[in-house]
Amino acid sequence: MRPRQASRDLCRALEFEAYVAGAGGRLLHTATLLTAEAPDDNPHARRLLIRALAHTYASWDRLRGDDPYEVTRRYLAIRFAHGVRHRHRGLLRSRPLPQSPLARLSPRERLVLVLRFHEGVAEERTAALLGLPADRVRTICHRATAALLDPPREPAPAVGGVEAAPS
Amino acid sequence: MNREEAVRRLLGQSPPPVPPELSAQAARRGARILRRRARARRAMWLLVLAAVVAVTVWALTARPWVEPPSETTPSLTGW
Repeated sequence: MRPRQASRDLCRALEFEAYVAGAGGRLLHTATLLTAEAPDDNPHARRLLIRALAHTYASWDRLRGDDPYEVTRRYLAIRFAHGVRHRHRGLLRSRPLPQSPLARLSPRERLVLVLRFHEGVAEERTAALLGLPADRVRTICHRATAALLDPPREPAPAVGGVEAAPS
Repeated sequence: MNREEAVRRLLGQSPPPVPPELSAQAARRGARILRRRARARRAMWLLVLAAVVAVTVWALTARPWVEPPSETTPSLTGW
Protein backbone atom coordinates (compact mmCIF):
# COMPACT_ATOMS: atom_id res chain seq x y z
CA MET A 1 0.00 0.00 0.00
CA ARG A 2 2.64 2.54 1.08
CA PRO A 3 5.14 1.97 -1.75
CA ARG A 4 2.37 2.20 -4.32
CA GLN A 5 1.17 5.47 -2.81
CA ALA A 6 4.73 6.81 -2.84
CA SER A 7 5.29 5.88 -6.47
CA ARG A 8 1.98 7.49 -7.43
CA ASP A 9 3.00 10.68 -5.61
CA LEU A 10 6.33 10.71 -7.43
CA CYS A 11 4.69 10.08 -10.79
CA ARG A 12 2.18 12.86 -10.20
CA ALA A 13 4.91 15.26 -9.11
CA LEU A 14 6.98 14.57 -12.23
CA GLU A 15 4.03 14.90 -14.59
CA PHE A 16 2.92 18.07 -12.88
CA GLU A 17 6.39 19.59 -13.08
CA ALA A 18 6.54 18.89 -16.80
CA TYR A 19 3.09 20.40 -17.24
CA VAL A 20 3.99 23.61 -15.38
CA ALA A 21 7.28 23.88 -17.25
CA GLY A 22 5.31 23.82 -20.48
CA ALA A 23 2.21 25.83 -19.63
CA GLY A 24 3.34 27.99 -16.72
CA GLY A 25 4.55 30.92 -18.81
CA ARG A 26 1.37 31.21 -20.81
CA LEU A 27 -0.82 30.81 -17.73
CA LEU A 28 1.14 33.45 -15.84
CA HIS A 29 0.74 35.79 -18.79
CA THR A 30 -3.00 35.21 -18.73
CA ALA A 31 -3.18 35.75 -14.98
CA THR A 32 -1.15 38.96 -15.27
CA LEU A 33 -3.50 40.25 -17.97
CA LEU A 34 -6.47 39.49 -15.73
CA THR A 35 -5.08 41.35 -12.74
CA ALA A 36 -3.80 44.15 -15.02
CA GLU A 37 -0.43 44.19 -13.32
CA ALA A 38 2.95 45.05 -14.75
CA PRO A 39 4.75 42.00 -16.25
CA ASP A 40 7.64 42.21 -13.79
CA ASP A 41 5.60 43.07 -10.69
CA ASN A 42 2.62 40.75 -10.50
CA PRO A 43 2.13 39.37 -6.98
CA HIS A 44 -1.66 39.05 -7.36
CA ALA A 45 -1.35 37.16 -10.63
CA ARG A 46 1.21 34.80 -9.12
CA ARG A 47 -0.94 34.11 -6.11
CA LEU A 48 -3.95 33.47 -8.34
CA LEU A 49 -1.97 31.15 -10.58
CA ILE A 50 -0.40 29.20 -7.73
CA ARG A 51 -3.86 28.62 -6.31
CA ALA A 52 -5.18 27.42 -9.64
CA LEU A 53 -2.15 25.18 -10.16
CA ALA A 54 -2.44 23.71 -6.66
CA HIS A 55 -6.06 22.89 -7.38
CA THR A 56 -5.01 21.22 -10.63
CA TYR A 57 -2.34 19.24 -8.76
CA ALA A 58 -4.92 18.06 -6.23
CA SER A 59 -7.26 16.82 -8.96
CA TRP A 60 -4.45 15.42 -11.13
CA ASP A 61 -5.33 11.76 -10.51
CA ARG A 62 -8.96 12.35 -11.43
CA LEU A 63 -8.39 14.23 -14.69
CA ARG A 64 -8.90 11.07 -16.79
CA GLY A 65 -8.01 12.52 -20.15
CA ASP A 66 -9.21 16.05 -19.39
CA ASP A 67 -6.77 18.71 -20.50
CA PRO A 68 -5.03 20.00 -17.35
CA TYR A 69 -4.49 23.34 -19.07
CA GLU A 70 -8.20 23.78 -19.45
CA VAL A 71 -8.80 22.78 -15.84
CA THR A 72 -6.29 25.36 -14.61
CA ARG A 73 -7.65 28.06 -16.89
CA ARG A 74 -11.22 27.43 -15.79
CA TYR A 75 -10.25 27.58 -12.13
CA LEU A 76 -8.21 30.74 -12.78
CA ALA A 77 -11.17 32.48 -14.42
CA ILE A 78 -13.68 31.40 -11.78
CA ARG A 79 -11.34 32.30 -8.95
CA PHE A 80 -10.66 35.72 -10.46
CA ALA A 81 -14.37 36.47 -10.97
CA HIS A 82 -15.10 35.32 -7.43
CA GLY A 83 -12.28 37.37 -5.94
CA VAL A 84 -13.43 40.49 -7.76
CA ARG A 85 -16.99 40.06 -6.55
CA HIS A 86 -15.84 39.78 -2.98
CA ARG A 87 -13.36 42.61 -3.11
CA HIS A 88 -16.04 44.91 -4.50
CA ARG A 89 -18.02 44.59 -1.31
CA GLY A 90 -15.11 45.25 1.01
CA LEU A 91 -13.48 48.61 1.50
CA LEU A 92 -10.05 47.39 0.53
CA ARG A 93 -10.13 47.23 -3.21
CA SER A 94 -6.67 47.13 -4.66
CA ARG A 95 -6.40 49.39 -7.65
CA PRO A 96 -4.75 47.82 -10.66
CA LEU A 97 -1.45 49.39 -11.49
CA PRO A 98 -1.69 51.80 -14.38
CA GLN A 99 1.23 50.23 -16.28
CA SER A 100 -1.02 47.83 -18.09
CA PRO A 101 -3.25 49.12 -20.88
CA LEU A 102 -5.90 46.75 -19.52
CA ALA A 103 -6.12 48.68 -16.26
CA ARG A 104 -8.69 50.95 -17.89
CA LEU A 105 -11.16 48.10 -18.30
CA SER A 106 -13.38 46.66 -15.61
CA PRO A 107 -12.40 43.23 -14.24
CA ARG A 108 -15.25 41.54 -16.08
CA GLU A 109 -14.33 43.20 -19.36
CA ARG A 110 -10.75 42.05 -18.86
CA LEU A 111 -11.86 38.53 -18.10
CA VAL A 112 -14.02 38.28 -21.21
CA LEU A 113 -11.44 39.94 -23.44
CA VAL A 114 -8.57 37.75 -22.21
CA LEU A 115 -10.58 34.54 -22.48
CA ARG A 116 -11.90 35.36 -25.94
CA PHE A 117 -8.84 36.86 -27.62
CA HIS A 118 -5.77 35.86 -25.64
CA GLU A 119 -6.92 32.32 -24.84
CA GLY A 120 -9.06 31.88 -27.94
CA VAL A 121 -12.01 30.40 -26.05
CA ALA A 122 -15.17 30.32 -28.18
CA GLU A 123 -17.98 32.70 -27.38
CA GLU A 124 -20.40 30.02 -26.22
CA ARG A 125 -17.82 28.39 -23.98
CA THR A 126 -16.86 31.73 -22.46
CA ALA A 127 -20.53 32.39 -21.79
CA ALA A 128 -20.96 28.97 -20.20
CA LEU A 129 -17.84 29.40 -18.11
CA LEU A 130 -18.95 32.77 -16.74
CA GLY A 131 -22.64 31.94 -16.50
CA LEU A 132 -23.67 34.73 -18.87
CA PRO A 133 -25.80 34.68 -22.01
CA ALA A 134 -23.73 34.56 -25.21
CA ASP A 135 -24.94 37.91 -26.55
CA ARG A 136 -23.95 39.53 -23.27
CA VAL A 137 -20.43 38.17 -23.77
CA ARG A 138 -20.41 39.63 -27.29
CA THR A 139 -21.53 43.03 -25.99
CA ILE A 140 -18.89 43.08 -23.25
CA CYS A 141 -16.29 42.03 -25.77
CA HIS A 142 -17.18 44.83 -28.20
CA ARG A 143 -17.22 47.41 -25.44
CA ALA A 144 -13.87 46.23 -24.07
CA THR A 145 -12.31 46.24 -27.54
CA ALA A 146 -13.52 49.77 -28.12
CA ALA A 147 -12.23 50.93 -24.73
CA LEU A 148 -8.86 49.35 -25.38
CA LEU A 149 -8.31 50.48 -28.96
CA ASP A 150 -9.99 53.90 -28.87
CA PRO A 151 -8.79 55.43 -25.60
CA PRO A 152 -11.00 58.17 -24.13
CA ARG A 153 -10.27 61.86 -24.81
CA GLU A 154 -8.69 62.74 -21.49
CA PRO A 155 -5.12 61.44 -21.33
CA ALA A 156 -4.86 58.50 -18.97
CA PRO A 157 -2.06 59.10 -16.47
CA ALA A 158 1.18 57.20 -16.95
CA VAL A 159 -0.05 54.89 -19.67
CA GLY A 160 2.82 54.27 -22.00
CA GLY A 161 2.81 52.29 -25.19
CA VAL A 162 -0.96 52.22 -25.63
CA GLU A 163 -0.89 54.64 -28.51
CA ALA A 164 1.40 52.25 -30.34
CA ALA A 165 -1.57 49.94 -30.84
CA PRO A 166 -2.91 50.18 -34.37
CA SER A 167 -6.62 50.68 -34.48
CA MET B 1 -11.18 40.91 -38.21
CA ASN B 2 -8.61 43.63 -38.03
CA ARG B 3 -9.58 45.06 -34.61
CA GLU B 4 -9.57 41.61 -33.10
CA GLU B 5 -6.06 41.10 -34.40
CA ALA B 6 -5.00 44.43 -32.87
CA VAL B 7 -6.38 43.43 -29.46
CA ARG B 8 -4.63 40.08 -29.73
CA ARG B 9 -1.34 41.77 -30.47
CA LEU B 10 -1.82 44.22 -27.63
CA LEU B 11 -2.55 41.41 -25.17
CA GLY B 12 0.30 39.30 -26.43
CA GLN B 13 3.10 41.76 -25.90
CA SER B 14 5.53 41.62 -22.96
CA PRO B 15 4.87 38.24 -21.33
CA PRO B 16 5.95 38.19 -17.67
CA PRO B 17 9.04 36.21 -16.59
CA VAL B 18 8.16 32.89 -14.95
CA PRO B 19 9.50 32.54 -11.39
CA PRO B 20 11.56 29.34 -11.08
CA GLU B 21 9.81 28.18 -7.91
CA LEU B 22 6.30 28.30 -9.42
CA SER B 23 5.93 24.57 -9.94
CA ALA B 24 7.37 23.64 -6.55
CA GLN B 25 5.14 26.10 -4.71
CA ALA B 26 2.03 24.92 -6.52
CA ALA B 27 2.91 21.26 -5.95
CA ARG B 28 3.46 21.93 -2.24
CA ARG B 29 0.09 23.61 -1.91
CA GLY B 30 -1.59 20.93 -3.98
CA ALA B 31 -0.09 18.20 -1.79
CA ARG B 32 -1.40 20.06 1.25
CA ILE B 33 -4.90 20.10 -0.25
CA LEU B 34 -4.65 16.34 -0.91
CA ARG B 35 -3.50 15.65 2.65
CA ARG B 36 -6.34 17.73 4.03
CA ARG B 37 -8.86 15.86 1.89
CA ALA B 38 -7.44 12.50 2.97
CA ARG B 39 -7.71 13.55 6.62
CA ALA B 40 -11.30 14.67 6.15
CA ARG B 41 -12.16 11.41 4.41
CA ARG B 42 -10.57 9.38 7.19
CA ALA B 43 -12.46 11.35 9.83
CA MET B 44 -15.73 10.78 7.99
CA TRP B 45 -15.14 7.02 7.77
CA LEU B 46 -14.26 6.88 11.46
CA LEU B 47 -17.48 8.73 12.24
CA VAL B 48 -19.52 6.31 10.11
CA LEU B 49 -17.81 3.34 11.76
CA ALA B 50 -18.48 4.74 15.24
CA ALA B 51 -22.13 5.28 14.35
CA VAL B 52 -22.49 1.71 13.06
CA VAL B 53 -20.88 0.31 16.21
CA ALA B 54 -23.11 2.43 18.43
CA VAL B 55 -26.28 1.36 16.63
CA THR B 56 -25.22 -2.31 16.76
CA VAL B 57 -24.48 -2.23 20.47
CA TRP B 58 -27.73 -0.44 21.20
CA ALA B 59 -29.71 -2.90 19.10
CA LEU B 60 -28.12 -5.92 20.78
CA THR B 61 -28.80 -4.59 24.28
CA ALA B 62 -32.24 -3.06 23.75
CA ARG B 63 -33.53 -5.68 21.26
CA PRO B 64 -36.19 -3.44 19.79
CA TRP B 65 -37.52 -6.23 17.56
CA VAL B 66 -38.65 -8.35 20.52
CA GLU B 67 -42.29 -7.76 21.38
CA PRO B 68 -42.49 -6.29 24.90
CA PRO B 69 -44.30 -8.54 27.41
CA SER B 70 -47.91 -7.60 27.59
CA GLU B 71 -48.87 -5.72 30.73
CA THR B 72 -52.67 -6.06 30.46
CA THR B 73 -54.72 -9.21 30.51
CA PRO B 74 -56.95 -9.66 27.50
CA SER B 75 -60.58 -9.23 28.39
CA LEU B 76 -62.59 -12.40 28.79
CA THR B 77 -65.10 -12.76 26.02
CA GLY B 78 -67.13 -15.67 24.71
CA TRP B 79 -68.19 -17.15 28.01
